[in-house]
Amino acid sequence: MNGDIHNFFNIDGAIVSALSGILPAWALVIVAGLIGIIALLVFLVPSQLATIWIERKLIGRFQIRYGPNRVGLFGLLQPLADAVKIVGKESITPAGVDKWVFWLAPIVTFIPALLVYAVIPFGPNLILADLDIGILYLISISSLGVIPVFMAGWSSNNKYALLGAMRSVAQMVSYEIPLVLSIISVVMMTGSLKIGEMVSFQADNLWMFLLQPLALLIFFISASAELNRTPMDIVEGESEIIAGYHTEYSGFKFSMFYVAEYTNVLAVSAILSAVFFGGWLSAPILDLLPAWLWFIAKIYFFFCVFVWIRATLPRMRADQLMGLAWKFLLPLALVNILVTGIEVYMNLHPLLISFINIALAIGLVAGWSELIGNRAVRNERRQYIPVVPVVR
Amino acid sequence: MVAQDSAIKTQPIVINMGPQHPSTHGVFRLRLVLDGETVIDVEPVFGYLHRSKEKLEEERTYLQTLPITDRMDYLSSMTNNLGCSMAIEKLANIPVPERAQYLRVIMAELTRISSHCFAQGMQLQEMGAWATPLMYFIREREKIIDLFEMVSGARLTFNYIRPGGVSQDIPPEFIPACYKFIDEMPGYIDEYEQLLVQNEILRSRTMGVGVLPRDLAINSGASGPVLRASGINWDLRKQDPYLVYDRFDFDVPVGQHGDTYDRFMVRMYEMRESVKIVRQALDQLPPGPVTANLPIVIIPPPGDAYAHIETARGTLGFYMVSDGGANPWRFHVRAPSLINLTALREMIIGHKVADTVVIFGSIDIVLGEVDR
Amino acid sequence: MTKELDGLTAAEIVARSFPDGIVEVLASSIVIRTDLLAEVARYLHDTPGLSFNYLEGIASVDYIDYFEVVYNLVSLEENHSMVIKVQAYGREKPEVPSVVSIWKTADFQEREEYDLMGIVFTGHPNLKRIMLWEGFPGHPLRKDFLEFDHRNIAPAGD
Repeated sequence: MNGDIHNFFNIDGAIVSALSGILPAWALVIVAGLIGIIALLVFLVPSQLATIWIERKLIGRFQIRYGPNRVGLFGLLQPLADAVKIVGKESITPAGVDKWVFWLAPIVTFIPALLVYAVIPFGPNLILADLDIGILYLISISSLGVIPVFMAGWSSNNKYALLGAMRSVAQMVSYEIPLVLSIISVVMMTGSLKIGEMVSFQADNLWMFLLQPLALLIFFISASAELNRTPMDIVEGESEIIAGYHTEYSGFKFSMFYVAEYTNVLAVSAILSAVFFGGWLSAPILDLLPAWLWFIAKIYFFFCVFVWIRATLPRMRADQLMGLAWKFLLPLALVNILVTGIEVYMNLHPLLISFINIALAIGLVAGWSELIGNRAVRNERRQYIPVVPVVR
Repeated sequence: MVAQDSAIKTQPIVINMGPQHPSTHGVFRLRLVLDGETVIDVEPVFGYLHRSKEKLEEERTYLQTLPITDRMDYLSSMTNNLGCSMAIEKLANIPVPERAQYLRVIMAELTRISSHCFAQGMQLQEMGAWATPLMYFIREREKIIDLFEMVSGARLTFNYIRPGGVSQDIPPEFIPACYKFIDEMPGYIDEYEQLLVQNEILRSRTMGVGVLPRDLAINSGASGPVLRASGINWDLRKQDPYLVYDRFDFDVPVGQHGDTYDRFMVRMYEMRESVKIVRQALDQLPPGPVTANLPIVIIPPPGDAYAHIETARGTLGFYMVSDGGANPWRFHVRAPSLINLTALREMIIGHKVADTVVIFGSIDIVLGEVDR
Repeated sequence: MTKELDGLTAAEIVARSFPDGIVEVLASSIVIRTDLLAEVARYLHDTPGLSFNYLEGIASVDYIDYFEVVYNLVSLEENHSMVIKVQAYGREKPEVPSVVSIWKTADFQEREEYDLMGIVFTGHPNLKRIMLWEGFPGHPLRKDFLEFDHRNIAPAGD
């Protein structure tokens, strides 16, 4: 295999083929898998530090302050300092907790976060396991995320944690549905559950965000709800329930939740870029950069979008959040599936589909929110200069 | 509220929100009884910051009482000094020079803006806006504190307004700096309104939440923006003008619904009105002395006096009794933060946990004043 | 401008309904009979033309011989104000009728005066300490409250 950086992920294949004469077949599979996992960790561990730095720096800029700028150049070593600090902290196990579950939850929380990366295509051949049911695997793994949250909340013997865990279950179960339905319409277009094939479909046609703008919107909102990030971070809404499910966690156990959150955000950004924004495909003119770099750039772009939203919006209330899922996202996702089905059945030209769907998305979002949204709240105008007669 | 007839047996849970909690503005405790997420009972518990200031004041001479009032409502120390000074002046019949009265108005209104800035920022913080609005509001508050530092040398506990006037005249660079600030401020308020008021999440979080009905507002002794948001046009600056407030042209914003949104907006508009007052006061600022000639130890005749002013949080009253000695015999404070909480139970019950902190924040208390 | 009713006017108003209710007429306030406080307050609150619907503050003073509780009443409709005082005798258990049923705002303020001054407001629905904890010895705002020694005081249990 050549050592071209555009394709250097075939090094895995090269190593495996070099070893094929020496090792038995089953060992080759293990070696290939291990190389893949190491490659993933090589991406993930620096990404953890980078995302934490980017988030703190960006949020700082949004909040008209500098963000970390003392440790290292531009505060680049701040995440490392944070990590050292947090590991050095006392890991408190409060009295009355369910010890087994309490200790297990931070470990369990990391597993789905990591498993998701198995099917994320970083480049044409750069995918740990291009499963036939890739997207299905993705959804099922990501819905496992609720279990450690509930474990943590339940075992903590803390009412805030319990409230957070209960909210988490309600929220995740609700948002799972529009999330899956929005993906279904994408799958109907590509005709494959394989994520690699989804990307190649976008190479042949338009990128999916042009074909399925409504699905993108629904997926984006549902995913950010699943991630528990503002405006939907009711699970750990710090001004209400302190820190929600991880109120009682400290030190390294807390950092596991923290790291898992960023891993999850990166994973969702990766799915967004793979499914809707052409994965490793480059923008039409800029072919010079290697495919994997394009993909990583897209991931970081969407991560910044998440940070932007987090820095901007206030939090919604639990019942309003449920209302958004069931009254707004779910019907829209169903309509989108119907329309996509008709389009696929009639075998329309992609450009036409794109036009129809963009118009549909704008119309539906505007119309539906006018119809069922809290228009009264949105349009209410109030007077504040005294109209009430002045007291004598 | 608790489902009695359903097959599932439920049990209300009791949560102690505070004394250590991110949204209790210090050390305050709300004992919430929850049915799921709905609050079915709430009891405020005070006293974690109690320093028995009223007793401390009795040990001090009249001039020495002022630094302690600074530390009650630490977000608007200037107006605390003002109320205390006015009560002492009333007790001892001390005249105040006109220039000092204007300076007092300027300081009081700047204090109102800075206090409202903080209140609005914290309100958004409690809605979960992750500190961004707070930082923007604090940017303006810092500018006001710079102005205060210019006149008093301090940044939190100013101790600038004294019985008989103010401690010293303003430095010459204060007036241009203050003009610069009030020229900029309306633009910033426009920016906040643009960014926040039309935000649908904010509107749906606040509209119809924590309604304080008109009659209850009066009966429970609410004051300040909390009272005015409930539709009562009662502002001591208009209804019982003190200092030289009757010489200025300003409006008193009044809400109609008494919900959290109205309280938020009333504060927003009050900032604009305060800017107007400061500008007029600066324009009219007369020359002259800034303090009356006073003995070092003020010894008022026996008797009692009550002075009240409109601070950012409401009616702040000082009731002083003199026995003819150098120390006050009794020094009572009518603390708006404490009394505004009287109707808290009625405002919160039936709402969600998430609304509790928003309603609580919309009352805008300062724990130093609640517990004293 | 809020019209502050002076002692004579206030006495005249109260005497209309309670001729024997006035103990003393002062320059800017009146002292009324302690046992009649609730009735007088109800009368001042309800009567049209007076409608003292806003109780601005309650303060209490320890005059060593007796305690005095000061009520600062305001009418938001008529924009006038008036000060009434009541006196409570006895250092063990000075009693004053509660006005919570008339002005809800008296709730916390009466609790505060009970806590710090030791005046018992009879008829208060929830009269317990508000700033200090149950079991705190004495009432700090009293003039005979001398030492505060941490060693003698049990920590807040609660």
